[in-house]
Amino acid sequence: MTSPLEQKKIRIAGPSVVTANRTWDGIVVYRTAAKSWSAELSEAAIVRNSDEAKALLAEAVADDVGAIGPYIAPVQIGDDGKVLPGNLREQIRRTGVTIGQPAQV
Amino acid sequence: MPLVNGGKIVDDSFVKLAVDTPLPEGGDILVPAERFFGEADVLLKRSGKVGVIWPNNRDIAELVPYLGKVAAVALVFPTFRDGRAYSQARLLRERYNYRGELRATGQVLRDQFVFMLRAGFDAFEVKKQADAEAFMQTAKRYSVFYQPTGDGRITALHRRMQLRHSEGVGT
Amino acid sequence: MYAYDEIDRTLVNERVSEFRDQVKRRLSGELTEDEFKILRLQNGVYLQLHAYMFRVAIPYGTLATNQMRALAHVARKYDRGYGHFTTRQNIQFNWIKLAELPDALEDLAKVGIHAMQTSGNNMRNVTSDQWAGVAPGEIEDPRIWSELIRQHTTLHPEFSFLPRKFKIAITASDHDRAAIKIHDIGLRLIKNEKGETGFEVLVGGGLGRTPFIAKTIKHFVHGRDILSYIEAILRVYNQYGRRDNIYKARIKILVHELGIEKFSREVEDEWQHIRNSSLQLDDEVIEDIRSRFTYPAYEKLPHMPDELRQAAADPDFEAWRKNSVAPHKVQGYSIVTISLKPTGGPPGDATAEQMDALADLADKYSFGEIRVGHEQNLALPHVAKRDLPALWKALDKLGLATPNVNLITDIIACPGLDYCSLANARSIPIAQELTRRFANHELANLIGRLHINISGCINACGHHHVGHIGILGVEKNGEEVYQITIGGRADENAALGTLIGPGVKFDEVADVVEDIVEAYLALRERPEELFMDTVKRLGVEPFKERVYATR
Repeated sequence: MTSPLEQKKIRIAGPSVVTANRTWDGIVVYRTAAKSWSAELSEAAIVRNSDEAKALLAEAVADDVGAIGPYIAPVQIGDDGKVLPGNLREQIRRTGVTIGQPAQV
Repeated sequence: MPLVNGGKIVDDSFVKLAVDTPLPEGGDILVPAERFFGEADVLLKRSGKVGVIWPNNRDIAELVPYLGKVAAVALVFPTFRDGRAYSQARLLRERYNYRGELRATGQVLRDQFVFMLRAGFDAFEVKKQADAEAFMQTAKRYSVFYQPTGDGRITALHRRMQLRHSEGVGT
Repeated sequence: MYAYDEIDRTLVNERVSEFRDQVKRRLSGELTEDEFKILRLQNGVYLQLHAYMFRVAIPYGTLATNQMRALAHVARKYDRGYGHFTTRQNIQFNWIKLAELPDALEDLAKVGIHAMQTSGNNMRNVTSDQWAGVAPGEIEDPRIWSELIRQHTTLHPEFSFLPRKFKIAITASDHDRAAIKIHDIGLRLIKNEKGETGFEVLVGGGLGRTPFIAKTIKHFVHGRDILSYIEAILRVYNQYGRRDNIYKARIKILVHELGIEKFSREVEDEWQHIRNSSLQLDDEVIEDIRSRFTYPAYEKLPHMPDELRQAAADPDFEAWRKNSVAPHKVQGYSIVTISLKPTGGPPGDATAEQMDALADLADKYSFGEIRVGHEQNLALPHVAKRDLPALWKALDKLGLATPNVNLITDIIACPGLDYCSLANARSIPIAQELTRRFANHELANLIGRLHINISGCINACGHHHVGHIGILGVEKNGEEVYQITIGGRADENAALGTLIGPGVKFDEVADVVEDIVEAYLALRERPEELFMDTVKRLGVEPFKERVYATR
């Protein structure tokens, strides 16, 4: 398998985080600035350029026992500084399944 | 990389040669298939044993004329998930009656030992020391086998027949 | 039912203990994720969006009630109280913890079920007709052969690291309920002129990004040779199947690239070497497996009991009976399909409470047996007709009597972007909305048989290619977009659907389906002409016009 670090180019378009799933129970986690994992997106380390992203990802990949499948995911930063998921997939990972809510017709 | 043979960690008497490594005077050698075919006469006249490293994408039938002359065949698992060499191993043992050393090389972990033994391998270049040490214990993990292979272990289907017949005799 | 003996139980227990050791080595860091991934996949453990997902096999779709209760127990103790029945006679749990998996497997092993080879590049669960053994006109119970193949393909020493996954399905009825033509190997049980059992063997079917309908590779393989013939196919595939590109690694691509004639010659050559080997099944061995399938002691019952006559006055009961109850091979009995497609619900989901209650009902009314079908519904295979009214009342209380089997709301859907890490778009909310749109039973009945299949990505777990209406979710510029096909089918006349035009947005899908249905109702020659037949007669054009005229 190709390690995420071997991907030729790591380029980010805006503020991003590194996310993964915790090894022992599988829950969604985010890489923190304290070189650890947190289930809270608000505690995630935010990277703003490709070098930072690459470094954070490398650190996450090295912790193979802690969490699996790390990758860089986009986030949006609200005016109040609040960190929000940057796409539908990440929103679903953060808040859970959308079903049970009626489709928006 | 430890070598397990006969269920134990042993010293490897074979030296692996690349396509262009100078041929040593004596001693046992393992050579890539393409080199083996190029220099078979010279290689087989040496004093040491000769084995062939056979790639997993080449038809194993090509080796058949030499099976009585080589001391070892090393099959390759370039990754854990590439299972072509299992078919090659069974063909060597079951169709071509090869009885020399059949060695598994490449990504060899303990979790494949049972499959490999059943396919006919008897020597293993194990990637991790801990796996090599756990060989005997791991090899005994299963006692039930559903498929017949050349290893001769009795299958579940036939075990049931035996049980049924012995019950029949007893009652 | 097939009864496990000590030999089968030993194997499953040995597997559980091996996996316990593997999980332990993973959690301690002795195994990296890269090394562990294959091992967990071989035990049905995926990593999905929110958590690990755990897939348990229900071989050929037959479940005993104690097994169903064990599934309920796993849902309750290790998961979030529900499970999802899939299109391949498996059940998935969505929130399992890796550290607890060995315990869950151990609990399942106690009742003879397991998760071996429910994922990974090996031979998956052998599936069959959910009406096997009870369908009128069936040639022979295909589960005997399914079980022989299941055993042969379990922990196979040569074929556990194939180029890609490998799926086998078997049918023994004229009407194919097992979708054998979209499997890597499809087996159609037939008899030769001498009355001997054998199989027409099909190969190379499959969906995904390059869909193919399976082709016949051999018209008759004798039953005694079926294991050697399958072994020959697998050996050719294991050696020559592509390993350079995951999207080209399935056997369908090898068959396509070599051509069926060349491929079948390769198989034939290989087969000649191995057919007269220990793989040949002698009658005694076949009979031994057959003897371990037990059948109910059916009573002699009237064709039309009083209970049924009286209940006919209740229109709700009648609606359900006409929709969900099918003829049984034994007089006085019926096969009851249990819809897991309630209005507004996720297709194929069942709660632990429903599973337990169904097990109780199966004990009471179906000789302790439950079936799982590829349409993500369940069935009770041996219900006495006199018990139908009582069973219906009980099912209705559990929310399991929706009379929509084979109708437009009996939707097949993959988990989609709500659960799946591969998905590009959501599937379940589309299905939910469609079940609401067509909740009116009279309308659904008026439309008649119509299968909608939804996949949330090109991997096609929701079988969209073979839906009468197929819906494929993709992602375009960060938005969910859905491509609609019509004219697919998964039965003995399997066909791939045709795209009707550009993709539509999430909130337009239900409108588009309504347009297609309205067009069909206007175009059909008579009420008996099914949607499929109208599409076949007229092609996609009139539907396309209707859908895109105002868009």
